[in-house]
Amino acid sequence: MAEKKVELTSADRKKVWWRSQFLQASWNYERMQNLGWCYAMIPAIKKLYGDNPEEQKAALKRHLEFFNTHPYVAAPVLGVELSLEEDRANGIEVSDQAIQGVKIGMMGPLAGVGDPVFWGTLRPVLGAFAASLALGGSILGAILFFVIWNVIRLAFLYYTQEFGYKQGSAISQDLSGGIMRKITTGASVLGMFIMGVLIERWSSMPMDKVVLSTAYYGDANATYPALQSLTDALNGLSQAGATIGADVINNAYSALTSIASNGLTVGTMTNPATNEPVMALIKTTTLQTVLDSLLPGLLPLLLTLFCIYLLRKKVSPIAIIFGLFAVGILGALVGIF
Amino acid sequence: MNVLQIILVLLISFLAGMESVLDEWQFHQPILACTLIGLACGQPAMGIALGGSLQLIALGWMNIGAAMAPDAALCSTASAVLVCMKGVPVSEGIATALLFAVAGLTLTIFARSLTIGLAHAADAAADKNNIRGVEMAHIGALMIQGLRCAIPVALVIAIPADAVTAGLNAIPTWVSGGLSAAGGFIVVVGYAMVINMMATPKLWPFFILGFALAPLTGITLIGMGMIGIFLALVYLQLSPEFNGGGSGPALEGGTGGDALDDILNDYE
Repeated sequence: MAEKKVELTSADRKKVWWRSQFLQASWNYERMQNLGWCYAMIPAIKKLYGDNPEEQKAALKRHLEFFNTHPYVAAPVLGVELSLEEDRANGIEVSDQAIQGVKIGMMGPLAGVGDPVFWGTLRPVLGAFAASLALGGSILGAILFFVIWNVIRLAFLYYTQEFGYKQGSAISQDLSGGIMRKITTGASVLGMFIMGVLIERWSSMPMDKVVLSTAYYGDANATYPALQSLTDALNGLSQAGATIGADVINNAYSALTSIASNGLTVGTMTNPATNEPVMALIKTTTLQTVLDSLLPGLLPLLLTLFCIYLLRKKVSPIAIIFGLFAVGILGALVGIF
Repeated sequence: MNVLQIILVLLISFLAGMESVLDEWQFHQPILACTLIGLACGQPAMGIALGGSLQLIALGWMNIGAAMAPDAALCSTASAVLVCMKGVPVSEGIATALLFAVAGLTLTIFARSLTIGLAHAADAAADKNNIRGVEMAHIGALMIQGLRCAIPVALVIAIPADAVTAGLNAIPTWVSGGLSAAGGFIVVVGYAMVINMMATPKLWPFFILGFALAPLTGITLIGMGMIGIFLALVYLQLSPEFNGGGSGPALEGGTGGDALDDILNDYE
């Protein structure tokens, strides 16, 4: 190792890092990320074998073999392969099998970390946060989503590739170690917690059209004399020159606010004591009021658990989505929604 | 809408199509794609509103291994064209978005099959030591993915606005009412997909805690994130799983159980 014939400089490795962002461009059903992998390795292949056409051809073909993992955790594998190829170009015996073996050996465990961390936790959490800003009408959500995601991603790609390169093949033996499981578990704890929050906060299945009971809560005019005053004043408007005083309007306004804040409505209803129709205060109990007093978000929770059950029964997500649309339309047809 | 707007929208759609396969910069995510199309059409508020709603639905759409999720790219771009260019209400935009998600999924599967041919072309180029050829095959595949989103969006743009509104007006109110109600609870499918991927018996308690704390609106989503990180860090420190098995404080007291366990034992 005293003297290397060719060496991959930091600039070479940065070229690979940049190209690794196109890993999935030619994703195909045969060898999946094979061509994307080769595309990322090309700056290194040119540097290491550029003066030897036969070696260069062999290197290209070597890196067109099957590969598939989460696109970001391919970066440490690229780093390891760069160091292996550098050794090989400098005359150290590294077999084709070793090069392909490291790729295949690392891709499985690493995908097992990348999928739950990036797709399972980071993107849903960041996406929900951005969506909450967007639903409030702010463009800040989109900007933050873009900046935060890409800073994390580019830094991750760069530093893990460098880590892989510096550690060389030693990293591939370290994969089943505790650190990977720690990252996955920690991310999953955060993800599960946030999903619990989001189900209550960001989904709704309102049942307020399902009226369970309407109860007489008293004569509106007797309970709130200000309403009677307003009605009298309105009737008096037919006389020329009549006006309604500000105090009458203000008193009626505070009476109406009080009615609404008590969850009551006003309508014509029979007074049970006198059996005469009066303008009454009405207490309406809907299914939603009952559910909310039990546990807010109960229906979305049950629906989520049912969806998980269906997903485990291998029902496709898109089929579930269309099923729920059908439920919505049927519900509107019979008047639940 | 003028020519410049149409060109911008098509470029954004092309970018979204490329990103749907790359999954790097995330231009295919509704929050970005819809917002960009809203800006290009001079309707940023509509784009942001649609993007926010669709983002919640698409939260759990992820390509894992060789399994493809519904396509966020065509879903966001085509529905954003309907909402921001043709004046379709956001709630109906969401419903059509899901049809586009299925259409986009079919198209990307087709493109990914077509790419097998390009991978073979790359093999042939490598045999001739033609690096340029390998690179062109790769970039060509990316162009196909861009076009498979941009071309359908161009077709949506070409449909006259009258036809779109006439078609939407023909929809009875119980359908549109049902669709917008469904829009409120369809997001749980995305949550279910995320949970389904992560859930183990040991992790369900964190889900329950999150759900129980959710009605406390005094804690913002950022605050909830901090609580979640706190829980994750404490869990990693305390869980015997990560502390070399039985060497933790759990062994103190001789019986191997915790204090509550000892009390329960004494009562027997």
